[in-house]
Amino acid sequence: MSKRTVELELATPGVDAEGRPARVPLTASGEPSLAEEHMLVNIGPQHPATHGVLRLVVELDGETVVRCIPHLGYLHSGFEKLGEYRHYNQIIPLTDRTDYLSPMSNNVGFALAAEKLMGIEITPRCTVLRVIACEMSRIISHMVWLGTTSIDLGAFTPFLWAFQERERIYDLQEMWTGARLTTSLTRVGGLMADIPDGFVEKLRHFTQTFPKTLAEIDRVLTRNAVWAGRTQGVGTLTAAEAINYSLSGPMLRASGVAYDVRKDKPYLGYETYDFDVIVGEHGDVFDRYLLRLEECHQSNRILQQAVDRLPDGPINVDDPRVILPSKTRAMSDMEAMIFHFKQVMEGVKAPVGEAYVGIENPKGELGTYLVSDGTAKPVRWRIRPPSFINLSALPRMAEGHLLSDLIAINASVDIVMGEVDR
Amino acid sequence: MTSSSPVPGALRTEVARDGETIVFVAADRLLEAMTWLKETPGQEFEYLVDVTAVEFRDRERPLEVVYFLRSLKRRADIRIKVELPATAELAVDSVWGLWRGADWLEREVFDMFGITFRGHPDLRRILMWETYAEGYPLRKSFPLRGRFSRAEQVRQALNINPEANYSLEELSIAEAAGDLPDDMRDRLRRGERGVIPEPPPPTAA
Amino acid sequence: MKHVAETKEISGQSPNYLVAKFQDLVNWAVNSSRANSLWPMPFGTACCAIEFMATAASRFDFARFGMERQAFSPRQADVLICAGRLPFKLAPVIRRIYDQMPQPKWVISMGACASTGGVFDNYAMVQGIDTIVPVDVYVPGCPPRPEGLLYGILLLHKKIKGESLFDAVKRREEQPLDDKGLRLPPETIDEISEPFGNSVHQFRSS
Repeated sequence: MSKRTVELELATPGVDAEGRPARVPLTASGEPSLAEEHMLVNIGPQHPATHGVLRLVVELDGETVVRCIPHLGYLHSGFEKLGEYRHYNQIIPLTDRTDYLSPMSNNVGFALAAEKLMGIEITPRCTVLRVIACEMSRIISHMVWLGTTSIDLGAFTPFLWAFQERERIYDLQEMWTGARLTTSLTRVGGLMADIPDGFVEKLRHFTQTFPKTLAEIDRVLTRNAVWAGRTQGVGTLTAAEAINYSLSGPMLRASGVAYDVRKDKPYLGYETYDFDVIVGEHGDVFDRYLLRLEECHQSNRILQQAVDRLPDGPINVDDPRVILPSKTRAMSDMEAMIFHFKQVMEGVKAPVGEAYVGIENPKGELGTYLVSDGTAKPVRWRIRPPSFINLSALPRMAEGHLLSDLIAINASVDIVMGEVDR
Repeated sequence: MTSSSPVPGALRTEVARDGETIVFVAADRLLEAMTWLKETPGQEFEYLVDVTAVEFRDRERPLEVVYFLRSLKRRADIRIKVELPATAELAVDSVWGLWRGADWLEREVFDMFGITFRGHPDLRRILMWETYAEGYPLRKSFPLRGRFSRAEQVRQALNINPEANYSLEELSIAEAAGDLPDDMRDRLRRGERGVIPEPPPPTAA
Repeated sequence: MKHVAETKEISGQSPNYLVAKFQDLVNWAVNSSRANSLWPMPFGTACCAIEFMATAASRFDFARFGMERQAFSPRQADVLICAGRLPFKLAPVIRRIYDQMPQPKWVISMGACASTGGVFDNYAMVQGIDTIVPVDVYVPGCPPRPEGLLYGILLLHKKIKGESLFDAVKRREEQPLDDKGLRLPPETIDEISEPFGNSVHQFRSS
């Protein structure tokens, strides 16, 4: 095999005197040699299979990925900067838009961190309702994942089945909050509204029929030769690598590390629910698929238990400095009006200090780190983004695989670019 | 100032409002402290949760670089902070060698705050584009809407070169070179194509 | 003094009755075909892209409007639907994709962020894609319901059916960037990007 020396004028930009791109022949004879050349292929940022605006620059040796360099930032929206200019309750609508596939989960994560910072204990009914919100979010996020991954690997019908299930959860979300996607469910100290009549029956009906759809999807995909062939042994990560890359959620558990925030650092009373944590064996794409499918079953189980144990009572904590008094009281009682005025005009002030709360988002551990200097707007709102950190393992997982495997691996990471780029 | 914390280089200890222990470590002993925390039996913080930075509204206060560490085995968490006065050079050592997860997290802190991580193999901007000229967005001196007018921001944005031309027919690696990471460019220059650099083995959990 | 009146042709439509009817027939045929099989180029970035996908899925189903064939390659697309927020880093990408689309092409700006920047009045966000590409239909909402997007698509159908191949004013023309690299003069961009509503007050940190 002939050795080629690459002569590159790297001191100058790759343009000639007229500003046109300079063409540098890389072989002595000036002819490209297909057998030895590596190709540099750009995937994205606008691409159906990158699950958002992700740009992958891939060095290919034929069809084999030699190196894969992700470029991010195409959806950077300045969330953390915006958070410094908003009151705590004004940040809640922003949290919907980071991980827009599971918005209620983000709302809950932020509210828990703000309440930890302010030292507020939420009511029992609010606790159970937030568990219901988190598990509903887990189901819809996994359904998007399932739908889009199967499209990437060639199966179109599970996408329609998964999105139909999502529509049923969207109906529930719309009944509860008025919005299908940008729910803004929580407030510091409680929720925006209590569940309406008919919600519990509809949710129960969903939990009874949802396993049938999961079984159908399982029947179509799991033992399918094409599906198994494209996902087994692809994108493997060992447990040690997964820990070293700071992965979390299904990515970590598929590699054999049994860590689930709901079990290991429980919040919202998760230690009282009866559910299993699924742990994978091989750490490949197939394991992640099975894991997420089974997690949907477990979420269903938790939903059934939560709906059965839903206690009566108020959803908001009884503290007029944190929760807006009702309109009738604000209009009739002077003190209530003052509280209402102070909360709306100045916002709820948090004490000096900081708090970090991590929750088990469908994508991984979603952490919210809030630092306060005693004012109503945080000094720093940091989102610990599970998708961002999980994505950093993509180059490691993709080396040596085929280009079509790269698509499968990228799909299995389950990223949402709103959270990756914030 | 002595501290009762066993972490090497510890300056003082605080407790956060969520109950977690915060250890402030001197900037020049950070790597020593982190290695101790990761490798000492009984500490074994093998999982890095997050790396971020905080700048306070009170400009007298130093910037803090915050590391969230977790021991999966012992089910313990700890928060390590390094204080960097805003008037001095904003640089700390990178913990990339200990936890590979710090790779992009440190790049993001660099992008948003301008804090350099010495020893990081590829410290480039990650969320903004590489030639972004307005500054470091999360600094308190950076206004919410940026420094330039909207028209100027649009003009600068439309003039980023978003891609290099990678078509096989042109073989214009020279054009792509502007977008490639430095080590990849050096590899190409030396003619080592197809040689995957050996990733350092991750230490066992 | 002789006063010569200048007659200006204000419409490309011929004064001859038969030719005018023929032009109407051609316009009807061409515009209906274009409207009833618009192939969308889903430039989906954020949350609106999920509602776009929901519109494509079985409950709302824009296949009934001929849009089932989503053209992920701009070369084969008719309408660029920008679904989601557009940061500055993504601005040259959407402009390039818009330039790659062949005529006739239309743009639907889906959602508040694509239309005006939405809640993101900050350093990173383009305050409306109309500073970069010409927009035909704006669909408000955050995100717009699938019914809202479908209404926007039907409005676009109405617009297309009002176009004419023969009238220079109503024909689709290419609108390239000017020599400074901008679509609109800088004062116009600054004016349409100005904060409005609550955003005017929400720039103080504490």
